[in-house]
Amino acid sequence: MTRLLDIQNLDISLALPGGMLHAVKDVSLTLDRGEALGIVGESGSGKSMTALALMRLLPRSARLKAARLAFDGQDLPDLDDRTFAATIAGPRIGMIFQEPMTSLNPVYTIGRQMTEAAIARGLLSASAARKKAVDLLDRVGIPDPEGRMGQFPHQMSGGQRQRVMIAMTLMLDPDLLIADEPTTALDVTVQAQILDLLDDLRRERQMGLILISHDLAVVAERTDKVAVMYAGELVEQGPAKQVMFAPQHDYTRMLLDSIPRLDGEPAHVAPVRKTDDEVIAARDITRLFTSRKGLFGPRREIRALDGVSLSVKRGETLALIGESGSGKSTLARILLGLDQPSSGEVSMLGRPLAELPATERARFVQPVFQDPYTSLNPRRRLSEIIARPLVLRREGDSGSRLAAVKEAMEHVRLPARLLHAYPSQLSGGQRQRVAIARALVTRPEALICDEPTSALDVSVQAQILKLLEDLRREMGLTTLLITHDMAVVHETADRVAVMYQGRIVEEGTAADVLSNPTNDYTARLLAAAPRFGDGAPVTEDAR
Amino acid sequence: MTSTDFSIPVTPAEDGAETALTPGQIFRQRLFGHTGFLIGAGLILIIVVIAIFAPLIAPHDPFAQSLSARMLPPVWVEGGNWDYLLGTDQNGRDYLSRLIYGTRVSITIGLGAATVGLLIGVTLGVIAGYFGGWADHAISFLLTAQLALPGLLLAMALVFIIGPSIWVVIGIVGVLHWTYYLVVTRAATQRIRSQDFVAAAAASGASPRQIIWHEIMPNLLSAIIVIFTFELGIAILAESSLSFLGVGIQPPTPSWGLMIAEGKQAMFYRPWLVILPGICLFLLVIGANLMGDGLRDITSPEGRNE
Repeated sequence: MTRLLDIQNLDISLALPGGMLHAVKDVSLTLDRGEALGIVGESGSGKSMTALALMRLLPRSARLKAARLAFDGQDLPDLDDRTFAATIAGPRIGMIFQEPMTSLNPVYTIGRQMTEAAIARGLLSASAARKKAVDLLDRVGIPDPEGRMGQFPHQMSGGQRQRVMIAMTLMLDPDLLIADEPTTALDVTVQAQILDLLDDLRRERQMGLILISHDLAVVAERTDKVAVMYAGELVEQGPAKQVMFAPQHDYTRMLLDSIPRLDGEPAHVAPVRKTDDEVIAARDITRLFTSRKGLFGPRREIRALDGVSLSVKRGETLALIGESGSGKSTLARILLGLDQPSSGEVSMLGRPLAELPATERARFVQPVFQDPYTSLNPRRRLSEIIARPLVLRREGDSGSRLAAVKEAMEHVRLPARLLHAYPSQLSGGQRQRVAIARALVTRPEALICDEPTSALDVSVQAQILKLLEDLRREMGLTTLLITHDMAVVHETADRVAVMYQGRIVEEGTAADVLSNPTNDYTARLLAAAPRFGDGAPVTEDAR
Repeated sequence: MTSTDFSIPVTPAEDGAETALTPGQIFRQRLFGHTGFLIGAGLILIIVVIAIFAPLIAPHDPFAQSLSARMLPPVWVEGGNWDYLLGTDQNGRDYLSRLIYGTRVSITIGLGAATVGLLIGVTLGVIAGYFGGWADHAISFLLTAQLALPGLLLAMALVFIIGPSIWVVIGIVGVLHWTYYLVVTRAATQRIRSQDFVAAAAASGASPRQIIWHEIMPNLLSAIIVIFTFELGIAILAESSLSFLGVGIQPPTPSWGLMIAEGKQAMFYRPWLVILPGICLFLLVIGANLMGDGLRDITSPEGRNE
């Protein structure tokens, strides 16, 4: 029997202004019907390029070379673009993308988008296509599929849109489904459901599935074999269990080590000099947002925070957990003084925040944001960015400020040669280090880190978390860490507060909350966190 | 930290290797590597030099009339002579000298009007984009009102009422050309304002004024430069239109637009009277646009067209 997919010695190079970049080097992969292949790697590893090459979606400047690139016995490079679009892309190979918020067309109804391809190709009549679409929506777990057909994408949540995308690709009954980071943009509780759905559908329909992800733990649970890519090369390939529990290559081992895990000893140690001083204390914070439709429309109220009380003691790390929309970022903005609460009071070391002058506040609390690509001014050099808080406080002269900048860069392990670089010359991890250096330069009492690692690769995440832990130890820093990742909490936090729909639903020490959650929502979050299964992790004896 | 061994080289500049060059070197490299910029800046430089040294360059007094030397053709047309390289106009004034003096009017009005528009448009745009709410509503209303007015007609009416002079023309053309600045800077300010580096500055205690000048303005710069050079061209053409219609620069002051207007009756017999000032206008406007595109590429941190 011919293989469903047979790729031998695939090379992809991109013409960049600075020369040729070999995005994919000598990659060979095979896949049988009904089999699931996971491709794992960090950003820039070439995993998406490999998938895009199959769909002929490579950027214009890309050059492709392969000894064999065959789908179900058919050599793909032999087909011209028209035949490929008519016979392969869609009916034979379907693809799901990362961002469900932008992969549906906002101006057409769900029904029209689902049936369009089948009708246009003359595969189904309008009524048959509609019936099939309703069935598929029902199958992927969309409630009231009949009613949903007339709705627009903005009326659905991110998870539902991703389900619609999956149903849409199934309309043409493809033999191979490529899912490129299908759950990265979704909340963890939704992530598990979508992955289970993909896995079930594959078994049901005997489809081939290629699951591309940066998360080795997630992929290994749901695929038969796993390929690990690093810098364009395939460093390891094999049965999922083997790659997971007996990794051969150093890089795979490093990747496995970087994943924060719920079992095992936390790297975190108890605070050095914990006292009962409340560095940050929030009492009964409520924040209402009012909006109007148009200039004279009716007023609408949204209660983003509802009576939240919270305190962070000196030297401790408090983790604040919750889904997107739970109000945790609004709370962070209020604690930073960027937003005013509708009622309630925030105080820093006993002084009400509202009475502190803005530049004085910088002495107490500084932020580290989620996305290092928007948190640094692209027009300023590192030296200016890090020194800016000092300039605003009129602290010292240019000489002493430069010394402070160099010291802060040393704290976050940034090489001094980057002093005059622009943010665009740095990688994501380096940028996040700059953001931390800027936050530290005023020697604040506390840091508020809003998802500081969720935009970063898993190995970089491990480095940044380690850095925050080191800084806490060296400087006795107090940290409020906002995250959605239970494993990160387990590794770094002393105490945990769980937020759900604008309220704090559970609070306690990290050990207590993670072992006996009393709240439903906390339990769901915990269940959704990827686990390593039963096999003994081999990473231990690798050391 | 053993894990750092596996950082993925995404671009050659990833490890900051580019910083081996000093910022000045990078800037100069880009400046002299950009053909479009070099051509545009060269044209503008030549025209500015001509404008400044007009009295030294011009072979004749641009105002001196000579009835005996009326309507002479340029030297390459039959009947031309070397005394008047580009011929003379209907009053016997040397056409080359008038073109040379005309650069002064065009450059002054172009720069002046584009600057007036910039000050109005950018100020309003940043205020509307940064503060939003009622300020935004009010300024957007102003924009709609401005866009609903027929610009050239209004300019003609205003010049007619106030009386023509170079300063009045600058003021009026400028006041009528701020809408592009407003639209672009307002949208860009809204986008930049929501980015985390603005929040980081606010958390360090920066006031709105400090945020606007230090965080937002540098990011608006390339857009403003491009609109400025674009508006420079438009303002020069607007002056020409007004002068052509008789409500801009008044004779006998030499202006390219006025020269085209004066030459139009004889256009079919002596086409150079219209073509020559037309070429001058074209070169000035295209020079401004090329220089603007080049500056945008050079000043952006990532650089473009490298």
